[in-house]
Amino acid sequence: MKYTKLAAASVTALMVATPVLADLVFPSLSYRTGPYAAGGGPYADGFADYFTLVNERDGGIGGVMASVPECETAYNTEKGVECYEATKGLGALAYNPLSTGITYQLIPKVTADDIPLYTPGYGRTSAANGKVFSHVFNFPANYWHGASLAVNHLKDVSGGDLADKKIVLLYHNSAYGKEPIRTLEDLSEKHGFEFLTVPVDHPGQEQKAQWLQIRRERPDFVIMYGWGVMNQVAVQEAANIRFPMENMIGIWWSGGDHDVTPAGDAANGYKAVSFHGVGSDYPVFDDIQKYVVDAGKAAGNGDHIGKAIYNRGVYAAMLLAESARTAQEIHDTADITSSMMRDGMEALEITEERMAELGMPGFGPAFKVSCENHGGPGTGAIQQWDAAAGTWSLITDYGPSDMEIIQPLIEEDSAAYAAENKIEERCN
Amino acid sequence: MPEQLLFAMEVTLNGLMAGVLYALVALGFVLIFKASGIFNYAQGVMALFAALTLVGIQQGQVPFAHLINAIFGTEVHHFPWQVPSLIAIVLAAAVMVLFAYLVEKYILQHLIGQPDIILFMATIGLAYFMEGFGDIMWGSDIKKLDVGLPQGMNMAIDEATYNWLGYGFFIDNLDIVATIVAAVLVTCLVIFSQYTKQGRALRAVADDHSAALSVGISLRFIWVLVWSIAGFVALVAGIMWGAKSGVQFSLSLIALKALPVLMLGGFTSIPGAIIGGLIIGVGEQLFEFAIGPMIGGATQNWFAYVLALIFLIFRPQGLFGEKIIERV
Repeated sequence: MKYTKLAAASVTALMVATPVLADLVFPSLSYRTGPYAAGGGPYADGFADYFTLVNERDGGIGGVMASVPECETAYNTEKGVECYEATKGLGALAYNPLSTGITYQLIPKVTADDIPLYTPGYGRTSAANGKVFSHVFNFPANYWHGASLAVNHLKDVSGGDLADKKIVLLYHNSAYGKEPIRTLEDLSEKHGFEFLTVPVDHPGQEQKAQWLQIRRERPDFVIMYGWGVMNQVAVQEAANIRFPMENMIGIWWSGGDHDVTPAGDAANGYKAVSFHGVGSDYPVFDDIQKYVVDAGKAAGNGDHIGKAIYNRGVYAAMLLAESARTAQEIHDTADITSSMMRDGMEALEITEERMAELGMPGFGPAFKVSCENHGGPGTGAIQQWDAAAGTWSLITDYGPSDMEIIQPLIEEDSAAYAAENKIEERCN
Repeated sequence: MPEQLLFAMEVTLNGLMAGVLYALVALGFVLIFKASGIFNYAQGVMALFAALTLVGIQQGQVPFAHLINAIFGTEVHHFPWQVPSLIAIVLAAAVMVLFAYLVEKYILQHLIGQPDIILFMATIGLAYFMEGFGDIMWGSDIKKLDVGLPQGMNMAIDEATYNWLGYGFFIDNLDIVATIVAAVLVTCLVIFSQYTKQGRALRAVADDHSAALSVGISLRFIWVLVWSIAGFVALVAGIMWGAKSGVQFSLSLIALKALPVLMLGGFTSIPGAIIGGLIIGVGEQLFEFAIGPMIGGATQNWFAYVLALIFLIFRPQGLFGEKIIERV
């Protein structure tokens, strides 16, 4: 007993005497309350659980523990900005606010504060142009990639020709929902399909008028950019008017498990674009179960593992962790700052070998970030819902988006932002 | 018949159905306002809480499971049973009665004689408390609500209108059920208030609190009674709306749909809530159909309020509301 006490005292003394590195801080601007909690909760769980896994299994990133302080935004832009201001003093290395509205507000702030902003699959799409947006990263795919990937798939299932087809965009009437309109208009001109837009106001609980309009228009396909209750109601209303579910395709934010389960069997065959793997058949989830959930350290109760939105949280956390690791290598220090983290994000290279080492083989694309391109490769696959099994399956390989259409739009929008904010292009 | 006219008829029918759903939410507000003069800000959250409780009971979910597991290190989530829909509805209604009792005992009783604005503020507090309480009790996941209600296009109407007019009208089976349920509910409420002792007491309190108290009517009992009925109405509204979208926290926002109905129909009239709901439902759907595409669409939310404001200008107490004249 005495020896045990002595050993404990020695360890304590050693811990006190040894200089302790500060945690690597990745604040989570989460929303576990309010009308969008059903999506916000699983994402925040996945984000936090991956960092907990890295701490528990690997002893942190480069030997430094990661911490994920949460701040509740309720998907409210003002609260999101308050959360940013409240947490940046903790030594935040990067922000992932999971809200396009909050992202727009934070872009000038993070640039001034020299903290990178990471918005995978959301946010300001033209921030993919690193020459203008030095501190914003939205790899591996953005809204415009998503629109193009959806159209590519619809073209494939239409025998390679979309001429004479009619496509409706059903969208959340917000900055987020309006993002793909210009891209789809350009794609409509290129492929010759008729394009119609049908907006749905927040929160989207009542969509009777929209679906009567869709029924009257008789489109061949419906592309959906929804979030929250809008998704569940839209899937149910589509089933009600007997719209073929396999002809309805959502962006990844309309592709959660909770978006389809309320409609039951009627949702069978619904599709969504994805930029990462689905299901839990990856070694990383076994590790999360073992080191995080079973150890009682999970952010939630562990029942979201393998669900689409949880997986996205895990994927975002993994890419940030790898960016931090890259920053440590570049600057030859484990104790990195947010400025160093930005460098790490800009130099991030994800290879298939590294994905396999991380227990995520094939979970996402291999890609390299550069000074010019903060948006990644823009590749994606199509997932389809099997209502009987209650699972998503990827039904296509990861394919490219139409950069011939998207790149000029990125250049145009980012140039307008640069002119408005008097930003000189970098990377020259 | 011109195609646009057929479409307008279909939109009108669907607007009427949507109006019934709005009226269901508005009814709860009217009942409480009529009996106590309180504008119950928590009515939408009551619908959410009632629906969460119904699904929780039905699916055998352990209430406060997350909290229990966090404190005791256990892994309990569900009881080894599921409860039939009808029994679950009865139990959920019982929970709403208990809720009404607790509201009266711990909030309203202490605020007797306070200005209306204080009571209104208390219901705001109650709404946020219930939202958090519901989250802790049942979790924030979306829950599928299945009490056996039919959903999807009514094929008989589709076929009949197609054979008659050459265009099949879309009417959702769930909307038809909601209309029948609302009609039964309103009939029961009218019978209750006209032909039962408690109903007459309720009307007496609604007319004049002091006079009702002077003849021995218990204000506390009436408040429990009316909050219980409003809780039951919230449960019905929660079931109808929850069947469409699953039970989730955005369900509390359906209260926003009831406000223009109340402005239009009046805060004190049950028929006003019904007629107001129908006018708002038809008005917003027709406006979206006829004008929406010209101005970018998604007009329903704001147009409902515009319509209500227009009515307010000409009839401030609403179509069926009581005109209050205070003599000084």
